[in-house]
Amino acid sequence: MRALTILAVLVFAASSDGAVAETGDAERGAKVFRQCVSCHQVGEAAKNRVGPHLNGVFGRLAGSVAGFRYSDHMKRASADGLVWTFETLDAFLENPKSLVSATRMSFRGLKKAQDRADILAYLRRYSDKPSDIPESEPTLHLGGPDLDPAVLALQGDPDYGEYLSSECTTCHQADGSSQGIPSITSWPAENFVVAMHAYKQQLRPHPVMQMLAGRLSDEEIAALAAYFGGLD
Amino acid sequence: MQIKRRTFLGTTLVAAASLSAPAALGQARPRVVVVGGGAGGATAARYIAKDSKGEIDVVLIEPTRRYYTCFFSNLYIGGFREMSSIGHGYGKLASDYGVNVVHDYAIGVDRDAKTVTLAGGGSIGYDRLVLSPGIDFKEGSLPGWDLSAQNAMPHAYKAGSQTELLKAQIEAMPVGGTFCMVAPPNPFRCPPGPYERVSMVAHKLKAENPTAKILIVDPKPKFSKQALFEEGWQNYYGGMIEWIGPDFGGDAVEVRPDTMEVVIDGTVEKVDVCNAIPAMKAGHIAALAGVTNDAGWAPVVPASMQSRMDENIYVLGDACHQGDMPKSGFSANSQAKVCAMSIRGALTGSKVFPAKYSNTCWSLIETDDGVKVGATYKATEEKIAKVDGFISQTGEAAGLRKQTYEESLGWYAGITADMFG
Repeated sequence: MRALTILAVLVFAASSDGAVAETGDAERGAKVFRQCVSCHQVGEAAKNRVGPHLNGVFGRLAGSVAGFRYSDHMKRASADGLVWTFETLDAFLENPKSLVSATRMSFRGLKKAQDRADILAYLRRYSDKPSDIPESEPTLHLGGPDLDPAVLALQGDPDYGEYLSSECTTCHQADGSSQGIPSITSWPAENFVVAMHAYKQQLRPHPVMQMLAGRLSDEEIAALAAYFGGLD
Repeated sequence: MQIKRRTFLGTTLVAAASLSAPAALGQARPRVVVVGGGAGGATAARYIAKDSKGEIDVVLIEPTRRYYTCFFSNLYIGGFREMSSIGHGYGKLASDYGVNVVHDYAIGVDRDAKTVTLAGGGSIGYDRLVLSPGIDFKEGSLPGWDLSAQNAMPHAYKAGSQTELLKAQIEAMPVGGTFCMVAPPNPFRCPPGPYERVSMVAHKLKAENPTAKILIVDPKPKFSKQALFEEGWQNYYGGMIEWIGPDFGGDAVEVRPDTMEVVIDGTVEKVDVCNAIPAMKAGHIAALAGVTNDAGWAPVVPASMQSRMDENIYVLGDACHQGDMPKSGFSANSQAKVCAMSIRGALTGSKVFPAKYSNTCWSLIETDDGVKVGATYKATEEKIAKVDGFISQTGEAAGLRKQTYEESLGWYAGITADMFG
């Protein structure tokens, strides 16, 4: 739970580009990628540095580069079966916390869909599966978690959230302790909302959470975020 | 949101003094009596007390002072948990939430007078009664077995001394001996439970008595998570476990506790340990209250968990007949919250939201190899109906299975905190 308070200070980028299809430009992507190189290497002789190397990232199980020490949250996403596809990488680049809550990748995210599409087109050059080369599969932006700004702006009712929370507290402890199941108290509301929508849209891979989030309305997610955000 | 002890010092004394007077007379707070302190009853008592903030007097009747959860009791057999780690007391329900915990047996319900009779002699009036008594066994359902035989052939389907007995018997098996499980017919508590238990027994025997055999005699043609268990049994315990379904006489079984024999469709098998799990029915108090059907279960209204036979009585968990939810601790906990909300609405006018139910069941097959199945449910007129679900897949990666197991440990910590505070 303490680690999560760190999240609060990280600037958060909301998705607002809509679901417009974007085609990536790898040459431009190489330039956009410059903001990543202090942590990530890609290409011949790329090594793990602050972040893992990015060769072959497409189609790879998250958190699976040999020799790299991942955060517990990235390990969890990996065990849940998060695979890096265009869609999941796009969501991760837009806001890393939306997919992996306490990832060590302290990057505020790329707001522009075109920037993400360009970087991904560039990274595809270093992914060796034939289906990953740009010509065989257009680097289309399919969006996600695709959130209307109005959804993010919803003010949740914490009393309603308290009622709904009883479904969560069968597994997640209300006092914030975590043993095998993550703490969900004291999260900034935006992180909570985006994470829940990422489950609802099946970008985050956990089956229990996909199922439970899948039947929550926008208002219910906002109410839960308001309630759990107020617990410490 | 915890209610502090101080809030309750006065009110609890008042409640204790007026136990035999029906609260409906108007001079006291409305009273809810909860019978059974397991996943359904303890959760209901805690939520009603917590959320009514003192407006409702909650009495919990539970005979045992320490409650051992059935869930995770198989892990005790397998050596993954200590018995003490699955035992829970009721102290916090009393001190932090003001629940009046009465350690006694409920032996009768007078629905007209709205009172519950206790084995210890007294009776307690109620405005609403919650029955969450778990299961009892159907007499005569397994020829040759009755409660007098439960030491020779333990069911171990109510956790505690029976579970310890079964484990001790497994440890005392002769080298190369035979462990036999007579599995129960549907419907029964914890659908994957018998098969997780077999996995845990196999895990133990593999280390301690590797030439031993396990025989499952099963009246059902299929069982929960079957593909997952069969895959695990093949991978880890190849050749040790034999499953005899109804096609091979699994539905025509008789036991002879005196001679430790199991007769399967006329063929006598000599066994060393027999875990006999008879057919089940709602805990007996539900029948005494007159809220059970011919099959022995208590039908309930899906939107509220109210008995279909008495609107002042609610029935939770394994004892109720509700529709698609499995009889599990998770289900009982989920149902208890809907019940608590409905009762508060009826007694204090608090807001009642639409019922939502969910369930997930984790099972351990071998060290760090956990699987799960789960679903969400909604209330229809007719029943609690399944909406959506998932199940672990065969062939999953070891890392995912390990995480599923670790998740089950987290769930155990979560649900027991949700039940007992």
